[in-house]
Amino acid sequence: MSGGRNWTVRLREAGVRAMPPERLLPDGQPAYMSSWIYIFGVLTIAALVVIIFSGTILGLKGPAWWHYTGVGHFFNSIHLWAVELFFFFMVIHLWGKFFMASWRGGRARTWISGAISFLISIAAAFTGYVSQQNFDSQWIATQAKDGLNSTGIGAFFNVLNFGQMYTYHVLLLPVVVIALVSAHILLVRRSGIVPPLPLPELGLDATVSEHAGASTAESAA
Amino acid sequence: MKRKRFTNAELNEAARHYDGPYKPYDLVKELCIAIVVVGALALLLTIFFSSPDEKPSTIASWSRQMPADFVTTATSELDGSSFSADYGPPYNNGTGAVQHEWFIHLQQWFGISHPLNAPLDFVIDPLRSIPGQPGLRSAIATYEAATPKMQSTWTTNYANAVAPPAGSKIPPAKVSGLRVIPVGGDYGPVALMMSSLLSLAQSGGLDGALLTSSQFYQTDYTKPLLLMADGGDLSARAQAENLLGDQWGMMNETGSYPGQVWLWLYTFWYQIAPFNSSANADLLVLTVMGAMSLAFILIPFLPIARDIPRWIPLHRVIWSEHYRSHES
Repeated sequence: MSGGRNWTVRLREAGVRAMPPERLLPDGQPAYMSSWIYIFGVLTIAALVVIIFSGTILGLKGPAWWHYTGVGHFFNSIHLWAVELFFFFMVIHLWGKFFMASWRGGRARTWISGAISFLISIAAAFTGYVSQQNFDSQWIATQAKDGLNSTGIGAFFNVLNFGQMYTYHVLLLPVVVIALVSAHILLVRRSGIVPPLPLPELGLDATVSEHAGASTAESAA
Repeated sequence: MKRKRFTNAELNEAARHYDGPYKPYDLVKELCIAIVVVGALALLLTIFFSSPDEKPSTIASWSRQMPADFVTTATSELDGSSFSADYGPPYNNGTGAVQHEWFIHLQQWFGISHPLNAPLDFVIDPLRSIPGQPGLRSAIATYEAATPKMQSTWTTNYANAVAPPAGSKIPPAKVSGLRVIPVGGDYGPVALMMSSLLSLAQSGGLDGALLTSSQFYQTDYTKPLLLMADGGDLSARAQAENLLGDQWGMMNETGSYPGQVWLWLYTFWYQIAPFNSSANADLLVLTVMGAMSLAFILIPFLPIARDIPRWIPLHRVIWSEHYRSHES
C-alpha cells in the first residue's frame, strides 16, 4: 500500500484524533453520573428511533394509507404517541440540563445544538400536524398561515400546500433533526458529561477530583 | 480554602477537567433497553388510546350542510369583501391582513407568491367551467359589464337577503333543502350566479375546480382552504372541538388527545394584552417567540439566565449522592 498521506488518510486520522473510539463509545462514566435525570437524554433518542421507524412505515405506504386501513392507523398511533413521548422526555432532559448548568467547561456548543434540535423538532412536528390530511390539519394550517404570513415566511413556506409540507415533514426537517441530534451526541461524547456544580462548602476542587475508595477511569475501563 | 461564591470563569474552568473516579457503564445496552421501553410505552398508549382522525371538510360537504353560509361567503368573494379577497401578501394587494412593526413591513417586502384573485378564482372562473348554460354565461357577462356601483348594489342586496343584518326588516332567504331562495329584490345576475355556484359546489365540482392548475398532479390546497376558511364550517367544527384561538387554538388536538402541547407558550401570548387586542398580534407574538428562542439558545452567554441554576440549587438533589460522598 502507498504510504502517502492522501485526503482519505488525513480525514480518517483527523476523525480519530477528534474522537478516539474509546471516547466515542466509552465503557465507563464519571462516578457522579448517578441520578434518574440522566436517563431522559437516552429516552429522547429512543423516542426519536421509534418516530423514525413508525414514520418510515407510514412513508412506505404514502400519506393517505393510514386513513383507510387498520394497520395504517395503528402505525399512525405509534407515530403520534412516540412524538408525544419524544417531547415529554426532551423537555425533562432540557430542564435537567438547565439546572445542571451543563454548558460549563466549554460545553456551550452542546447546549446550543440541543436547543436548536428542540426548536427544529417543533417545526418537524408542526409540518406533521398539517400533513395529516384530516380536519385537524385543515384547521391548524388555516390558523397558522396568518402568523407565518405576517413575518414574510409564508411567501416561501406555504402551510396550505400539502405537497410542500409533506416534503418538509418526511425528508427535510427529519434530516436536520437527525443531523443536529447526532452533532449533539458527538459533542457530549467529546466533552464528556458536565461535572457537578461546586458547592461553596466543599470548594472548587472537591467535585472534580478523586476521593478515596473509588476506581479511576482506567480501572473502570 | 472554602469560599462563599464562585465566579462564572471559575465554574467554567473547574468543569473542563475531571480527574475523579469512573464506574463501568454500557451505553449501547442502555440505548437498546430505552428503545424497547419507549416502543412498549408507545404500543401501550396506542392500544389504549389509538389516535384521532376527524374527516376533513370539503367544499361539497360545507355547501350541502350550510348552503346559506356558503353563498354568503361566495358573495363576499365576488365583491371582494371577504378576508381572503382583501388579505394582502402573499395572496394579493389587499390590506386586510397586512401586519408590520414600526418601519419593518416584512409581509409586504416578500411580495405576492401565491396569487389569488378572489372574484375570479373562487366565483367567475369556476362558473365559466360549467358547460352549456347560456343563461349563466349571459349573467356572468352582465355582471362583468356592470359598473362597480351596480355590482356592489347587487351583491349587497343578495348578501342581506341571504343573511339579513341584525335589526334589519329584510325577510331572510328561504333555505329549502339544498337550495337558498332569497325573497324578491334587485340582485341582478348575482342570484343566478350564486345558485349555479352552489350547485357546482354541492356536486363536488368546486373542490376540483379550485385545485386545477397547469398540470395533472395536484398537491397545493391553498385556494380551497382559503375559501373554506372564509366560511363558517371550519370554525364551527373548531369551536365544537375547543380549537378556537381563545380556546388556546392550534396547540390542541381534536377529541381528548394531547396535541402540540409544546406550543403552549406561543398560544399563551394570544390570550393576554396587548397581543389579544392588537391588529399586529401575529407578528408581535412571533417576534416575542423569536427573541425568546434566541435567548434560549444563548443561555450559556446570558448573565442572569445562566446564573439561575446556582440560585435555585436543584443540582444539590441531582448530584446529592456525589456531594454526600465528598462530605463523608
